[in-house]
Parts: sequence; structure tokens; C-alpha cells
Amino acid sequence: MYTQILIAGFGGQGILFAGKFLAYQGLIEGRQISWLPSYGPEMRGGTANCSVIVADTPVGSPIVSKPDILAVMNLPSLDRYESEAVPGAKVFVDSTLVERRLEREDVTPYYIPATKLAKDSGMPSLANMILMGKLIRETGIVSFKDIRRGLEKVVSVRHQDLLELNLKALSMGYDYKPGTAYQLNP
Amino acid sequence: MSEKVLMKGNEAIAEAAIRAGCRHYFGYPITPQTEVAAYMAKRMPKIGGTFLQAESEIAAINMVYGVSAAGLRVMTSSSSPGISLKQEGISYLAGSDLPALIVNVQRGGPGLGGIQPSQSDYFQATKGGGHGDYHLIVLAPASVQEMADLTVKAFELADRYRMPAMILADGTMGQMMEPVVLPEESGVTVEKPWALTGTKNQRSHNIVNSLYLVPEKLESINLERYKRYEAIMKNEPSCESYLMEDAEICIVAFGIAARVAKNAITAARAKGIRVGLIRPITLWPFPSEAVAEAAKRVKAFISVELSMGQMIEDVRLAQSCQRPVYLCSRTGGMIPSPEDVMESIEKLTGGEL
Repeated sequence: MYTQILIAGFGGQGILFAGKFLAYQGLIEGRQISWLPSYGPEMRGGTANCSVIVADTPVGSPIVSKPDILAVMNLPSLDRYESEAVPGAKVFVDSTLVERRLEREDVTPYYIPATKLAKDSGMPSLANMILMGKLIRETGIVSFKDIRRGLEKVVSVRHQDLLELNLKALSMGYDYKPGTAYQLNP
Repeated sequence: MSEKVLMKGNEAIAEAAIRAGCRHYFGYPITPQTEVAAYMAKRMPKIGGTFLQAESEIAAINMVYGVSAAGLRVMTSSSSPGISLKQEGISYLAGSDLPALIVNVQRGGPGLGGIQPSQSDYFQATKGGGHGDYHLIVLAPASVQEMADLTVKAFELADRYRMPAMILADGTMGQMMEPVVLPEESGVTVEKPWALTGTKNQRSHNIVNSLYLVPEKLESINLERYKRYEAIMKNEPSCESYLMEDAEICIVAFGIAARVAKNAITAARAKGIRVGLIRPITLWPFPSEAVAEAAKRVKAFISVELSMGQMIEDVRLAQSCQRPVYLCSRTGGMIPSPEDVMESIEKLTGGEL
């Protein structure tokens, strides 16, 4: 296993946090991992992305330019990275914020209205984790039953009260099925 | 063994420095190394150390000079433009035979440049930077683990040889997170009989100085220092050899470039092309012997760098230009992709280079 993941969106959507959670979860499961953020002005509200590699062999370059798994939370990110995904890649799209569908037919898209789901459930800042829940379900990149351990590592001690909310968001994404009442942007 | 934790490279440097006994940090923020200073600001007050954000990089390096003269482990960190500002102080440290750690998490240049990763301060780090006859020990980490390990090593070498040492990293190494096993607290105190610790009327006074107006004296001091440099060149070169046993092409790359190169080597080997890697861990002293040894067996070298080609000169020198050395590089904050490196390899095997 040598899986390259790219998560992209706006600064403030929790892109880097979502990647960090996957990375820690991978580490707990005994994988080799790397996490590389975009840095600089991006942290102040521009586009943000992060490269995560989860592997059974040592990680070479930590830069993901051809993702096996792509998760996008805004349109510019889809425009920029759709063509970069490897054929057969799984692409996760926050369909509340990205209005278009994928153009490519050689990748598998998953449309999740994560931002809408998050808002409707009173946890507007956790769309990222809803998307991650779905990503874990469809890729098996990390095991879902152990996610609390990974979360405990990334949710800061000061904010442990947010742990349950994060778990709820992950579960919501994990259990999300298109065509259910949740999907408001079919 | 202690637990593996996920840390940014910059944080790993800071924590490793503390565990190596460094209790004094002076710096000035600059992307992409700011996490070193931020980590120090958080930790130093809790362990009785000093974190001081100086008014400038120049002030910071001179504070380093002061603490080092007093015999304590001390460091500063910055990124390329800030390191340029520190050069006068670095030359003074070298001229006064003072150990210290300087961390350069490089970004694109010249000038104010950009904030994306680069390796274009290679010349500055290994060939001087400041004025006068001197060298720095220059270590080039290629993982977060090495960011920690080489920080400890840099302090040890600096103390052993009484000279400043530099960690030459780049934006990716500083910003990326990887699992790291942090070094144990050293607890070792190094005897520094030359340090300015007060005579207590028990000994004659020590002098730390780099000013010698009598040229004969300055020459003899420089010659003495170069004897130490010779010992370092003999004892301390360090590199990783990767798949070199049967290699026909040898890539030489350090830091992030070496990691990109490894991906390309995997791809090349899958196509039956015998490529290996020499990854210098010490940039000064350069692992010349390993490169010269490789020149006996390989047909050509490719230097992979995030610059217009700086280390390539040392690869040529190390083997007296017996084998051709080609450059595969990006500059200005761009990073060569494994495909770029693969293209160089295939051009070379196809006779295009």
C-alpha cells in the first residue's frame, strides 16, 4: 500500500486538520506516513491544501502531485486538481460548495453536501470531517472503528469537548448515502 | 524506546535542541521557519531557558555570540534572507572559535525571493557566506527524524571542534509532519575551559576575540584552525548510499531533493535502469570520498537540486571530473518532480545528454 491523498479547499475549512487526523490515524495503525501543508498566505484565507501519504514502505517525496484520493471543498480546488488525479482515483467533492460535476470519466466521484449537512446539524465548522467520514468509508485508508484514538491526538487538550462533535461528523459522513434526505444538491 | 509522535520538522528541531541542552534561543520570525521560534517561545520559559525575539536577525546572531562565549549551548534560526543578515555574526563566531547552532530553513531567492522551499543557499552555507577563511559544519536533514537527530549532532560537533554548525533544511522539511522518535535528554555537560565564566581569582582570564592586527599572529591562528578543519574533513563526512551496489547512474541529492530522487529511482529500477543515490548528510565536509569511489563504477552522475546548480560543483570536484555530471533542477521555490528526475535519467540512458 502506498496511497497518496490530496485535500484542498479554502483556508479556514479545516483542510490541514483533516489531513492531520488521517495522518495520525495512519500512524496509530502502524503505517508510514507524511503530511505536508501548503503554507504562508494560504493560512490566512486563501487556498489551502495538504498532501498526506499513507504507506507500508518508507515515504519518498512527501509532495502529492498525482493523488490516488482527492478531496475538494471548493471549486478552484476541483478545477486545479481534477486533471492531476491518477486514473481510477476516488474523488470526494463537497457538493454544497462545488456546483459542477467532474468532467473526467476515469475516476470515481463521490458528491457529499458536507457543508449543508454540517450546518443543518449545528456544527458548521465540521464539514471537513463529514467529508473525511465518507472518504474513510469508500477508501478504507484507515479503520473507522479506531477513529477516536486518532482524534484524541489531533483535537487539542483545550478543546476535548469538541471530540464528540468530530466523532459525530465523521459518523455522519461515514453513514451518508446519496439519495437520502440529506442530499439537498443532487 | 520513546513513542513516535507526529511533528513538524521545525518543531522537531526546537524540541531536539532543548533535549540537547540548549537553553538559549534568539531569533526573528520569518516563513518558513517560524515554528522553531514559536515552539521555543512556548517551551523555554517553562524550563528556565531564554527565548528572545530580537529586534533583528543581526541582533539575534550577536546574542548567540555572547551566550556561546559564556560556554553555553545556544542557537538561532531563520530562513534565507534572514541568514544573509546573520553572516557577519557567523564569521565572527568562526573567527572566535565559538560553537553555536544556526538553522536555515531555506526559501527561494535571491533577494527577498519567495516563501516556497529552496536549496539555493548551498554556496552560502558551504563556501563561506561571511568574510574570511572559515567553514561551518553543514548538515542536511532529509526527514523529520533527521531534523531532530542532526540537531543533536550539530551541537555535539560544534562543541567538539569549537565552531559554528548549520542545519541546512528547506521549507518542505520545516513544514512537513512525519513520525519522529525524539532523542533522550542528554544531560551531558561539555567542559569548556576557554569560556568566559569568571576567573573567581583562581585562574588567568580568558579572551574570546576575532581581532588580530598582527598578520603573523592571524595567519598562525588561521593555520591552526584549518588543521581542525582537516580533521573534520577526514573524520566527519557522512552520506547515505541507496542502491549503489550495481548502479550505472548515480544521483547525488540532499534533503527534499533526495526524497524526490528516491521515487524516481524506484520508477527507473522498475524499467530495469540501474540508478542509485548518494545522499550527502554532511554538506561540509562534503562526502567526496564516497562520490570518488562511485565514479570508479558509474558512467555518469546527476545532481538533483532546488537551485540553478550549486552542489553540482562539489560533485565534479569530488571525482576530479572523471565522469560527467548533469543537472536536474528547479529553482525559485519550485520542486523537481519524480517525473522530472526520471526524464533526466532516460535522456541520459538514451544518449541525449
